[in-house]
Amino acid sequence: MPTAMSLEWPTDDFSRIPFAAYLDEDIYVEEQERIFRGPVWSYLALEAEIPNTGDFITTYVGDTPVLVNRQRDGQVSAFVNRCMHRGSMLKRECRGNATMHTCLYHQWAYDLTGQLRAVPFAKGHMGRGGLPPDFDIKSVKLTSMRVESYQGVLFGTFSDETEPLVDYLGDNVRAELDRVFNRPISLLGYQRQRILGNWKLYNDNVRDPNHGALLHMFHATFGLYRPTQRGGVKMDDRHRHNISYSMMGTSDDDADAEAFAGTQKVFDKGFRLEDPSMLQYDKEYPDDVSLTILSIFPNMVMQQITNSLCTRQIQTRGPGELELYWTYFGYTDDDEKMTQHRLNQANLVGPGGLISMEDGEAVEMVHRAVKREQDEHGIVEIGGKGEIADHDYLVTEIPIRGFWSYYYELMCIEAEQAA
Amino acid sequence: MGSGSERDAVVALMIDYVHLIDEDRLEDWVELFTDDCTYKILSRENVDAGYPLELLSCHNKGMLRDRVVSLREANLYNLHTDKHVLGMVRTHQESDGVWTAQANFSLYQSTLDGETDLFAVGTYRDRVVFDNGQPLFAEKIVVNDTFAVARMLSTPI
Repeated sequence: MPTAMSLEWPTDDFSRIPFAAYLDEDIYVEEQERIFRGPVWSYLALEAEIPNTGDFITTYVGDTPVLVNRQRDGQVSAFVNRCMHRGSMLKRECRGNATMHTCLYHQWAYDLTGQLRAVPFAKGHMGRGGLPPDFDIKSVKLTSMRVESYQGVLFGTFSDETEPLVDYLGDNVRAELDRVFNRPISLLGYQRQRILGNWKLYNDNVRDPNHGALLHMFHATFGLYRPTQRGGVKMDDRHRHNISYSMMGTSDDDADAEAFAGTQKVFDKGFRLEDPSMLQYDKEYPDDVSLTILSIFPNMVMQQITNSLCTRQIQTRGPGELELYWTYFGYTDDDEKMTQHRLNQANLVGPGGLISMEDGEAVEMVHRAVKREQDEHGIVEIGGKGEIADHDYLVTEIPIRGFWSYYYELMCIEAEQAA
Repeated sequence: MGSGSERDAVVALMIDYVHLIDEDRLEDWVELFTDDCTYKILSRENVDAGYPLELLSCHNKGMLRDRVVSLREANLYNLHTDKHVLGMVRTHQESDGVWTAQANFSLYQSTLDGETDLFAVGTYRDRVVFDNGQPLFAEKIVVNDTFAVARMLSTPI
């Protein structure tokens, strides 16, 4: 049985990635255990989605169904969305409000802390049947996750070993969350995208600022993002998370034209939109950064693409399928004009996004092409080899190596230590 | 034009709409809309939960043209052919020359290898106005039940 450790990792700096890691069913199962049930904080939801007592959402951590709700004391708790009795899914709705969670199968009822409160016919009928006298209802609780919140962003972990969330995120990621979640947010809605590819291919994609202007020609054409802009990448100490950032209007048309020379891409300076309103950036932070892609290991992305703000959650659906769950938001103090502007700019991203629609296709093209090449390796050398460190240029894919170095730590080094 | 033949023209417009997409005549498809049209693809999830976010939105004909130009010139997307199946149309005359119309649809996409998937099922909620006897979409709202979009949303629904 292949394991991540049994794969060939030919370079110490993760400049070669074994394709089998994207495809193998056994490795996928190992990831669910070592990563999604392991010592990491997975993104669950935004607190603004469940503001009131009893508000709940259902989601997935990896491929485990999870129920997140707000308790009477205001705390948020998260459980495996599974009845402890016969294993039926407890809540089927995506969101709602409940005073109790009652399983539809045999009506076992749990309170908002996950404690079993009632079992119908517990004492049977006419003194016969029901639960045995030594069955202790109080001893039955839903399988819970530890939940922590940072700036209204909810994370959960199944492991007792996971470090505190603030340490897990690190200074750079916290600063980025402080920047965007600087005041109360209001939700605008959701989008979902099903991609027939491995969940790590999407993690690679968001840690690769180099592809932005090469795959997404809309971006390059309209100057929202070009590799010649001022920008860079910032990671945490262990390089598992990344922030790619850039500043609009700092690119150089001639340098871009030169950079694209020799490719089949047409870089047309004269290309204009009839209605350019969606490209407008209304500056709303103290800095000049107009584009930020924050990726938090293992399942979260947050974007600021000019005024379009959202989180993207990566849910795994087996080794060959993922769902991206996009949650868009603005701020509670946005006026109607700003809300309309954010909705308008949502056209740039998501499954129908003028910029981002290609990502689904790119992930699927890799997944399909490497199926019979499992002993081969992908190359990750753009931006440099060797040390994984922050830098202030955009022609880079170094943060991909950061992702894989931490993946290797969880999947291989810790596995070795456990053995 | 009598209201009977106006109704026929509204239905004919909705039929032209799906055929022009299926024939990849998107430049002609744009001409079915008024200059200040609204075109939106909504996720049923957001409609039911009361959220305003669209999957795609255009607030005038210029934005529709931008979408088409972007598809032709900039975007790289899954190459496919579209095939719509339009359900029976329910119409209502709001006032002289102003109609609302609703119809269900299914949309199949077929790959270059000849594999076909059901891409979307939903409802069109349209508002049609007559301009010099010509029916045009003032509003085309697509409510998409298949809001977990497979791969990507490139060509219009």
